Amino acid sequence: MIAIVDYGVGNLYSLSSSLKFIGEDVVVTGEKDKIARADKMILPGVGAFSDAMKKLTDSGIADIIKEQANLGKDIMGICLGMQLLFEKSYEYGEHKGLSLLKGNIVPLEGYIDKRLKIPHIGWNSLKFERESKLFKYINEGDYVYFVHSYYACECSESIIASTSYDKPVTAAVQKENIYGCQFHPEKSGAVGLNILRAFCER
Amino acid sequence: MITKRIIPCLDVKNGRVVKGVNFRGLNDVSSPIELARYYSDNGADELVFYDITASFEERKLFTDILRAVASEIFIPLTVGGGISTVDDFDRVLKCGADKVSVNSGAISNPSLIEDAAKKYGNQCVVLSVDVKRVDGKFKVFSKGGRENTNIDALEWIKNGVEQGAGEIVVNSIDTDGVKRGFDIEMLRAVLEIVNVPVIASGGAGCTQDFIDLFKQLPSIDAGLAASVFHFGEIKINDLKKTLKENDILVRL
Repeated sequence: MIAIVDYGVGNLYSLSSSLKFIGEDVVVTGEKDKIARADKMILPGVGAFSDAMKKLTDSGIADIIKEQANLGKDIMGICLGMQLLFEKSYEYGEHKGLSLLKGNIVPLEGYIDKRLKIPHIGWNSLKFERESKLFKYINEGDYVYFVHSYYACECSESIIASTSYDKPVTAAVQKENIYGCQFHPEKSGAVGLNILRAFCER
Repeated sequence: MITKRIIPCLDVKNGRVVKGVNFRGLNDVSSPIELARYYSDNGADELVFYDITASFEERKLFTDILRAVASEIFIPLTVGGGISTVDDFDRVLKCGADKVSVNSGAISNPSLIEDAAKKYGNQCVVLSVDVKRVDGKFKVFSKGGRENTNIDALEWIKNGVEQGAGEIVVNSIDTDGVKRGFDIEMLRAVLEIVNVPVIASGGAGCTQDFIDLFKQLPSIDAGLAASVFHFGEIKINDLKKTLKENDILVRL
């Protein structure tokens, strides 16, 4: 059973559909005991970092995620969900994250060429930085779908793939049982489904 | 780097894709689900669904279809047609849409873009504009291109981006249906004033039109078309191969 953590942000229909499509049992839930009982957790998210973190903290879900992750349960953060796994974000101020991974979330603005459009929206290719179980069924150079204005930096400890938007941008991370994708695997066609399939494998 | 996107647009009425569709190998050529699957499997980077129905019952049918599409097609889906309130955004986003396109609704409800962008983020709000030259000036037309609002199109688009539109679809009424190429002049004028993705619509008749679009306007993000794809005059995978041969970056 895969638990998609529902903490009141974003549309989880495509994500739950994509997991069902590859044959997984899915529960979309904000209940702590259900999250604790699941085999793996997926942390989605769209919107602002501070709002999302506040919802996770106020509901007590942040504690259960950290507890379960520290017990060794696999977790994958997607888009903002990936960013929440890090220590800090500088999106509209300075906000603490879940600190499951080392690194910070900073704006693309000021990093990439100012003639390029922000958000970074569209299909971009993956460059592998390290081997990972997530890449079992895909190839370097495969395209995935991105929508974001902030990115993870100082994350050399966990980066497994980058993409190029004028400069290298963190695309995927992994440290032991903690996984994250900046892009949307549930919107990245067959490549995205293959990444989810690899994550869900026992 | 990010690729140029090729986007087929499906007009849906009474649960069927309209505007004559002519595909070999599809059992049901006007089934939105079959067509969406076909396009997704054959290189489309995104799909746009336009709800061209009017009644409440038909709208319910549209969202049922959207949900069915979103449960098995895993590329970005944009929905437009009949979007005039934030509740309309909510209705289609819950059914699996990723982006919502507003057109006449943004004219009748001036706070719609801002309200929706605040609630769902700029990336979710697409401003679609039907533009026609009147006395040499670009004017916004509403009601499916039938009514001249007399609004200056470039001002309107600039304002829309300031309100929070994260993407612009420019549909040139002057070139739409003529199949002699996209409206390069109009699109260039739009690209000069905004820094969000711009999608070209109206006028695609052949592969060369897409090559011209991306060569003449390097900062355009995507080309959208309906009938040339539906009638099989252009196959998206073949189009993208040709674009790649012309040094235009595409996802293959």
